[in-house]
Amino acid sequence: MSIFEYNGSAVVAMVGKNCFAIASDRRLGVQLQTIATDFQRISKIHDRVFIGLSGLATDVQTLYQRLVFRHKLYQLREERDMKPETFASLVSAIIYEKRFGPYLCQPVIAGLGEDDKPFICTMDSIGAKELAKDFVVSGTASESLYGACEAMYKPDMEAEELFETISQALLSSVDRDCLSGWGGHVYVVTPTEIKERILKGRMD
Amino acid sequence: MGDSQYSFSLTTFSPSGKLVQIEHALTAVGSGQTSLGIKASNGVVIATEKKLPSILVDEASVQKIQNLTPNIGVVYSGMGPDFRVLVRKSRKQAEQYLRLYKEPIPVTQLVRETATVIQEFTQSGGVRPFGVSLLVAGYDDKGPQLYQVDPSGSYFSWKASAMGKNVSNAKTFLEKRYTEDMELDDAIHTAILTLKEGFEGEVSSKNIEIGKIGADKVFRVLTPAEIDDYLAEVE
Repeated sequence: MSIFEYNGSAVVAMVGKNCFAIASDRRLGVQLQTIATDFQRISKIHDRVFIGLSGLATDVQTLYQRLVFRHKLYQLREERDMKPETFASLVSAIIYEKRFGPYLCQPVIAGLGEDDKPFICTMDSIGAKELAKDFVVSGTASESLYGACEAMYKPDMEAEELFETISQALLSSVDRDCLSGWGGHVYVVTPTEIKERILKGRMD
Repeated sequence: MGDSQYSFSLTTFSPSGKLVQIEHALTAVGSGQTSLGIKASNGVVIATEKKLPSILVDEASVQKIQNLTPNIGVVYSGMGPDFRVLVRKSRKQAEQYLRLYKEPIPVTQLVRETATVIQEFTQSGGVRPFGVSLLVAGYDDKGPQLYQVDPSGSYFSWKASAMGKNVSNAKTFLEKRYTEDMELDDAIHTAILTLKEGFEGEVSSKNIEIGKIGADKVFRVLTPAEIDDYLAEVE
């Protein structure tokens, strides 16, 4: 079994009309055994930038801590929040520093940029950025997620419809993956508010 | 640098609490050619005297005002070779920032990092402080900005400032002439008039240098022909 599949994960982000949604599953496993059903894979960097990390859980946590550290220093020095594109470049650079002994995670970054334009991107574990206009996926359930998103996504959805779409895509994909699931954690972010919701799906 | 017999700092405190080496560095700056900068409502202009040691020097090859990034420029008073070293270091820092964040470095950040380098040379073994004061002019998301950096490493944001030989006359002149809503072209005229104040001889496009940046966010050194145009307007 690949080390990327050791803990199991599913992360997806989607672009809507002046908003974005980012969602993950909640299972933390050690191969076939489920250890926790409330593992947090998505974290807020600041009110307009979120990062979801799939892959090995220890690296998920460490990488998140390092990124928060860098962002807090940036905020203090520059007296402003990082733009999502800038943050993505930073993540890519930090990951590439470990090119020959990488963090075993795949980040998904989602944020609202200038003029409230939503921004999403993903990268592999050594920092190759992949920008997308519609959705990005990552984790053990990524193949199912690609299929579900491609079928369900349409552009310029409002926040509520985006929430429904991303939730359905996530739940149906993790049901096809034994290593991810146990519910979902969805953030829908608009210029005015951040809505966090927990989904109850098949708890297996 | 720290493994020789000079691993102690040459810049040490005097009993009165001053760093004498920095005072001497400021004296070196004060005997350098006058330079000045003015922040307008829609841009920044920096200018300097360009008095060459002999008429045989090819003045086109001498450029005292330099770009640090496409939207930040710098001029100095003091020792030219020290200036070159700082320009090189600052350009590298700006490029490193760009490489990391894929975003051009804000003016304040570049000034702070340059000032940090200058400060390091006042507290390291075997080195002397830089004998230059810099005037950094830039235009970024926060608008037009003008900063002065001293040999001690302290930096200040100015609406208008001068350095070098004629500093007190120039500053008095600027205090009288400066207005908050000045536009870039007015600022260039004022800069030329300020340089004229303490100039020995006739000001021409061959013995002054002017750099400007406007809302287009491109820092540019004016050509001698453009300087001649401004000089004609000033007459």
